Amino acid sequence: VSTAAAVVLFFGVIAYAVFAGADFGAGFWDLVAGGADRGARPRALVDHSIGPVWEANHVWLIFCLVVLWTGFSVAFASITLTLFVPLTLAALGIVLRGSSFAFRKTVFVTRQRRFYGAIFATSSILVPYCLGAVAGAIASGHVPNGGKSGDWWSSWVNPTSILGGVLAVAVCAYLASVYLVSDAVRLEEPEMVEYFRRRAIAAAIATGVIAFVGIFVLRANATYVFHGLTSRALPAVIVSALCGIASLVLLLRGSARWARPFAMAAVATVVIGWGVAQWPYMLPTSLKVSQAAAPDPTLATILVVFVAAAVLILPSLALLYYLDQHSALASEGADVPGMNAVS
Amino acid sequence: MTPGLLAVNPVGWARSQMAFTLGFHIILVPLGVSWAFMAMIANWRAIKRDDADALLVAQRWSKYMAVTFAVGAVTGTVLTFEFGLLWPTFMGRFGAAFGIPFTVEGLFFFLEAIFIAIYIYGWKRMKPWPHFWVLIPIIISGIGGTISVVAANAWMNEPGGFTLDSAGKVTNVHPLSVFFNSAMPLQALHMVLAAYLVGGFLIASIYAVALLRGRNERYFRLAFIIPFTVACIATPVQMIVGDSLARYVFNNEPEKFAAIELVPNTGSDVPETLLGHETSSGTVEGGIKIPGLASWLSDPSSGKNTVVQGRNAFPADGQPTISETNVVHLAWDLMIGIGTLLFLLAAWYALSWLFRRNYPRLRLFLWIASAAGVLAIVALESGWVVTEVGRQPWIVHNYMQVNQAATTNGGVWITFLTICAIYLAVGITLVLVLRRMSRWAQPQLDESDVPYGPTPVTLDREPEVPVS
Repeated sequence: VSTAAAVVLFFGVIAYAVFAGADFGAGFWDLVAGGADRGARPRALVDHSIGPVWEANHVWLIFCLVVLWTGFSVAFASITLTLFVPLTLAALGIVLRGSSFAFRKTVFVTRQRRFYGAIFATSSILVPYCLGAVAGAIASGHVPNGGKSGDWWSSWVNPTSILGGVLAVAVCAYLASVYLVSDAVRLEEPEMVEYFRRRAIAAAIATGVIAFVGIFVLRANATYVFHGLTSRALPAVIVSALCGIASLVLLLRGSARWARPFAMAAVATVVIGWGVAQWPYMLPTSLKVSQAAAPDPTLATILVVFVAAAVLILPSLALLYYLDQHSALASEGADVPGMNAVS
Repeated sequence: MTPGLLAVNPVGWARSQMAFTLGFHIILVPLGVSWAFMAMIANWRAIKRDDADALLVAQRWSKYMAVTFAVGAVTGTVLTFEFGLLWPTFMGRFGAAFGIPFTVEGLFFFLEAIFIAIYIYGWKRMKPWPHFWVLIPIIISGIGGTISVVAANAWMNEPGGFTLDSAGKVTNVHPLSVFFNSAMPLQALHMVLAAYLVGGFLIASIYAVALLRGRNERYFRLAFIIPFTVACIATPVQMIVGDSLARYVFNNEPEKFAAIELVPNTGSDVPETLLGHETSSGTVEGGIKIPGLASWLSDPSSGKNTVVQGRNAFPADGQPTISETNVVHLAWDLMIGIGTLLFLLAAWYALSWLFRRNYPRLRLFLWIASAAGVLAIVALESGWVVTEVGRQPWIVHNYMQVNQAATTNGGVWITFLTICAIYLAVGITLVLVLRRMSRWAQPQLDESDVPYGPTPVTLDREPEVPVS
């Protein structure tokens, strides 16, 4: 049962990475879009693209946290005790990001838009960095078991955590740019297609390079996970690399729409690879999944809720994405004067 | 910087941070839960009766909901983090039980986030009725989410559905007994009603101000009447439920009841003390005493002879301190006082509606109605203080005390101060943003924006100048 609950948890992590990751990455492109005039159109596309879906995507994080604390309370306590600083930063970043994104849509004076936009965009980088650093800290065994606090700083300021953070930001930017290309295709904005296609290519290459460097970082600092990645998790790593290369080739050849599923698969398989490589540990190499697991009835509840979620939420999410992708979610009611000045 | 340098005992700071972030989030909760219902009334009227004003009300509300829901969602996420960041020992030991209601809540929150996005963004391209029906899952998941979260809180008051082994580890869990713990039904009902009561009075109060300023267009009247009516229906029901809940606390959480009613010594014929406080020597000073009323209310069947257990009946280290007791009692008085006032306001409105088919004409009514929103929030916060401070020193009643549950990180005071600054900035901005959005909002439809439904013929006024 603990294995099934761990799979549910990992399903949430993958969904969060693949869907919410792109929302964070959109913030990255928002940040580097340049001045108010030059950046107006990419920013409008970002707004349009993530506006209807980011809150639903964000819920995956809550899902992961709740499953972790209910199903694996001991691990949760150790993680939150040790990684207090990056988790607090992530929580604050989430508040600033969500509210400033909502506020930016309601103002149209350039100075104010710039202010909220800057907060939205910088926190969109801060949050995935911190969460990536948390993942790196767990993978490299910096979180001790037993409800003791590990070191406050070195636990997340170390090579693996830095790799995790940078890789998370790069992956988000990569996913977002690929998604934005297909959104621009759908909205028939050829200029934006080309704009984000070039950035997607750059992001794909950058992410690949970081992942390659990461192999050496892991070999030196996270031996258990490294050995897992080069043995039983190797197929996932290979599939991920192939999907990444496929998406890059498709982007180069200009068939951007098909790059999207490959990009998603590349990211999902990396996360799966991490999970498989770390198995059977929740906190390598001090706490096994089966040791961290809650009593069976609790785990069964998680599974029941997950099945209910599969029945209720997946179709609803599918409806949301369907409506969104068919441009049915185009507008927030009657327009306030000037509200859509940019688009 | 090492943690040792700036380390301060974290318990007080952790409590303050949790109280502050929850106290902030709880203001947004009623809006998230009940606004969709009020929008549904307006939206239904808009489609069914071809009512352009009602349509505009629903549309504007959906825009404001978008902003408040976003801030509510992210401040709620912070609470999820804080359970671990501030109370790791509590979560480590009891997460397997305490987490169960939250797992269910996650499901509802997911549905709410999905359908609210569809509703908010679907105005132009979706057909009227499918778009309208999207509100139903939002309303259901709002209520379901409230019940789940309150189930977790009720479990802290009346923990059940688990067994501990000799090492204090949770071994056997009965998920249904955790969720449906004995305190849950009344507490959950009380909070759902509170969401409709507070949400209704709060939204109506904004439009009461507009009406006071002479904005007498039908748009403003509709936007006032819909939420105000909802709140006025919820108010008397809430009084009945609240009364039952108080009696439940009397029977099941006597330590909390002694603090609520300010009863130092066990006895019968206990007076109801309005205001007043308990001194360090254990006597009640000040306030107005109504002889025998607390006994009578606790169990009307035995009347004045009902014995109420006083604070001296319980060990000192298992019940709130004297200063906590005074906080609980004051919060209780505030909640009851405001509740009574709102009930009278609702009765006035009902009578006026019965005889005149309109809200009371006196400006005094609108004055009180425009204060009712803030008053209702104060009552909500007070009720929450009663249940939380009244449970002290326990985090899980009779199982774990708050100071055993807290983090050992001495730097919590830094995060507390940072969070205060950020939340205040976000809160003030939220109010300013909503205010400005409503100022632009003229009470008329821009024809190019009409998504569906009403024909422009119903717009029989001249365009208005925006309120400035």
